[in-house]
Amino acid sequence: MKIFVSIKQVPDTSGKVAVNPDGTLNRASMQTITNPDDMNALEAALKLKDETGCKVIVVTMGPPPAAGMLREALAMGADEAVLVSAREFGGSDTYATSQVLAAAIDTIGVEDDDLVICGRQAIDGDTAQVGPQIGEKLGLPQITYAADIKMDGKTVTVQRMLEDGYMTIKTQTPCLITCIKELNEPRYMSVGGVFEAYSKPLTTMGYDALKDHALIDATTIGLKGSPTNIFKSFTPPQKGAGMMMEGADKATCEELAGILAKKHII
Amino acid sequence: MSNFNSADIAAFKDVWVFCEQREGKLMPTDLELISKGRDLANELGVNLCGLLLGGEGIAEAAKELGGYGADKVIVCESPLLSVYNTDAYTKVICDVIEDLKPEAFLIGATNIGRDLAPRCAARLHTGLCADCTHLDIDVANYIQFLRESSTLDVDGQKWDMEDRNLKMTRPAFGGHLMATIICPRFRPCMATVRPGVMKKNAFDEAKAAAVEIVKPAFELTEADLKTEVVEVVKAAKKLVDLIGADYIVSVGRGISKDVEGGIKLAEELAEVLGGVVGGSRATIDSGWLSADHQVGQTGKTVHPKVYIALGISGAIQHKAGMQDSECIIAVNKNDTAPIFEIADYGICGDLFKVTPLLIEAIKAAKAAK
Amino acid sequence: MDFHLTNEQLMLRKMYRDFAENEVRPLAEEIDEEERFPMETVEKMAKLGMMGIYFPKEYGGAGGDVLAYAMAVEELAKVCGTTAVILSAHTSLCCAPIFENGTEEQKKKYLPDLLSGRKIGAFGLTEPNAGTDASGQQTTAVLDESGENYILNGSKCFITNGTVAETFVVFAMTDKSKGNKGISAFIVEKSFPGFSVGKHEKKMGIRGSSTCDLIFEDCIVPKENLLGKEGKGFAIAMKTLDGGRIGIASQALGLGEGAVNEAIKYTQERVQFGKRLSQFQNTQFQLADMHTRMQAAQYLVYAAAMKKQNHEDYSMDASMAKLFAAEAASDVTRRAVQLFGGYGYTREYPVERMMRDAKITEIYEGTSEVQRMVIASRLGVK
Repeated sequence: MKIFVSIKQVPDTSGKVAVNPDGTLNRASMQTITNPDDMNALEAALKLKDETGCKVIVVTMGPPPAAGMLREALAMGADEAVLVSAREFGGSDTYATSQVLAAAIDTIGVEDDDLVICGRQAIDGDTAQVGPQIGEKLGLPQITYAADIKMDGKTVTVQRMLEDGYMTIKTQTPCLITCIKELNEPRYMSVGGVFEAYSKPLTTMGYDALKDHALIDATTIGLKGSPTNIFKSFTPPQKGAGMMMEGADKATCEELAGILAKKHII
Repeated sequence: MSNFNSADIAAFKDVWVFCEQREGKLMPTDLELISKGRDLANELGVNLCGLLLGGEGIAEAAKELGGYGADKVIVCESPLLSVYNTDAYTKVICDVIEDLKPEAFLIGATNIGRDLAPRCAARLHTGLCADCTHLDIDVANYIQFLRESSTLDVDGQKWDMEDRNLKMTRPAFGGHLMATIICPRFRPCMATVRPGVMKKNAFDEAKAAAVEIVKPAFELTEADLKTEVVEVVKAAKKLVDLIGADYIVSVGRGISKDVEGGIKLAEELAEVLGGVVGGSRATIDSGWLSADHQVGQTGKTVHPKVYIALGISGAIQHKAGMQDSECIIAVNKNDTAPIFEIADYGICGDLFKVTPLLIEAIKAAKAAK
Repeated sequence: MDFHLTNEQLMLRKMYRDFAENEVRPLAEEIDEEERFPMETVEKMAKLGMMGIYFPKEYGGAGGDVLAYAMAVEELAKVCGTTAVILSAHTSLCCAPIFENGTEEQKKKYLPDLLSGRKIGAFGLTEPNAGTDASGQQTTAVLDESGENYILNGSKCFITNGTVAETFVVFAMTDKSKGNKGISAFIVEKSFPGFSVGKHEKKMGIRGSSTCDLIFEDCIVPKENLLGKEGKGFAIAMKTLDGGRIGIASQALGLGEGAVNEAIKYTQERVQFGKRLSQFQNTQFQLADMHTRMQAAQYLVYAAAMKKQNHEDYSMDASMAKLFAAEAASDVTRRAVQLFGGYGYTREYPVERMMRDAKITEIYEGTSEVQRMVIASRLGVK
């Protein structure tokens, strides 16, 4: 049994975010992190590894520095890492990205008792699309928004969260699951794991490694193969300055309530 | 449907809205999307169709969709469709789309919509934009939108006023950036739309009566379903309806010194206003409030009449979820808290002292009306 | 000296930092206030392999290096001086002497539990009348008639991790007539008959760490628990303290760096006279000095750690690192309190705790005066 975990390196949008004058994100000025939901996906895989001794393979598509993130995944306990990286893949939207990742995973080979686990969504785009699209392209059933995963042989039972409750869904391996943060608490790298991380296999799959795969051609990958394009990007304007009330006492609150009543806000 | 070609743009027509139902009832976001879809269909001069999948009898919901603007409702009824199932819904929807070829397809960005839409887009080989907060066809309308909602120099740019692409706008990078996405080479152009963002039209009895129901043939068997829904469980606790609330009183890290007391004050204030209690991410992460209370980028986007932020500093992720509130009132000890940058009214003070005073003052002001 | 950190060390620093921020910082105030030993943190560190960082895997260690260990103590101390010293005393003062001086049997018996963190270790050298002058040991160890057991009598004081440890490296006189050369080292288990733990000290800082007396009343220690040869105890103690000084220097380093971080954050928020404090030149100069001192300390600490790793003579380096880092930490934490003003003196902010915690680094495992003695003697100054 193998588990593929698809992870992504993203800018840390929780800190300060710098925007270039042209409205694009100044990525160079930002820290990068492993996408938080992907950490839950990795943890889910590592938990299953703890239980079953299966192999965990982390896969990412990104520029060469993403290898650092893969090493961290290895230090947490993953067995192998694959960096899918080529100029030809650059500029991919979710459709094209899932095309490449599906081809990479398929090249390694999805067997009968395997799983593919992804985070629900990445904090840079918040699309939640790549996971299901990998599932579609690999022909795997999917269960998204997983808050609990149980394996019994080839049967996978997942609690899939809805806004007003949850569904319990059952399927058979091979299948694809996307994880939400409620699923688990990602582990830290361990000291021993860090010292092993650099001796575990990390392979790079470039364009040549994937170009003959049925999913890969110029019309399905990269900027040219992306159905969606960015028409405009812009920063929202700051709302005009409001009114700072004088003081913080009874009179202040009465004045505010008076204004709200007068404006028919309350 | 081997002759389906998503790149043959001229073959596609009409705007469709996926009308999600749970237990046979329409989701509130369906009506928001039908209302918005009406505007888009008008701009394109085409029909607006609702797409309704469900068990036997689901067609009865069609009238309501008509009343909010649908010309037609395409209904697919099957026992296999009564509860949402990714495989069943994807198959039926893609088959119907390949047959009837809509040019735009809107789906509510619910947990179900966001499961279904990417799967369909991948199968149809077309583009999908996630979690949109604004949609335009007409370039003039779009320019007007940019004037109001961006810092772009709109007049300094060249515009193709004849452009008929659906312009799908959404926040990215935690709300720091907005992006408008188009899908120029493939159809249908697909978007999931954030619930609570689009305004619902007034219900029109005449339109409701006139709605046309279409029941296309489709094939679906047990064998198509690779996943099995064992049970559907409604949350035992009633979830807070932040999206529909007119008044929201939210608490943040500022209540840390007396969490229970802080939440109690917020509840009292919300009760006086007839509203509900929300919270910043910090309050949810700390376990002070359950996740359904969360306002912000990773929580709910709200636009109540009044949003009162108690002890919330105003991180950009939080602001992304509440900055379109009609009136924002902030109470915070720190006069440099970013929340004051977007507040209409700010009080710099201790929420534990100010809130009780505010409750009394609002009670008095209401009584005096 | 090559200050290029390895990929592993950089990755570990990130891991330590995440761990310290998320798991250690939230408890720091509470364990100080309540004088509570953070056993839950030790359990978490154990899971991550932090209780045996630089020891070989065959004994249950994590297979890392000495600098990786120093960095762990440093990152923990940035947010909590207590947690840092728990790790330092366990690693440097108990695991290290057993690893470096133990027989294969002793290593196999004691290290797996210690390095995996199942058991906590401590070190008993100091006595009420043998502090800086450690040669004045009054605890005695005498072979019993059977020749199978040593009988220990006496007491130890100020023992870090004392109430929670299960394994102790303890020093006692086996032959008073030989002075220093009559001191021997023993591995003592908490369960040995005649061993007990005495009063818990109330301290100025590192208040969550357990500090107490150890009491030996005809304590029976099996002969095979003699660590090293009879009479070699003093040499083992001194060598152990050389290593310990790297740990304490790292603790001091972290405390100072933590205070600099807090001061940078606070002075950019606090407004007085219509300006952020950080806009005043005095603040800027203070912060520049503080950072420079801690950076210099870091070079000294890392250099000592690397020398130990490479099996070079690092005794003087460890002393210089501890002397400088401890004095820098005391100075920098005190300055941080000053920058915070009245708030700095309150427990609402962590800098007063850091200042209290920093002071001990000038005292334990050899006072600053002892470090100066070591350095001067290495210089050949007589």
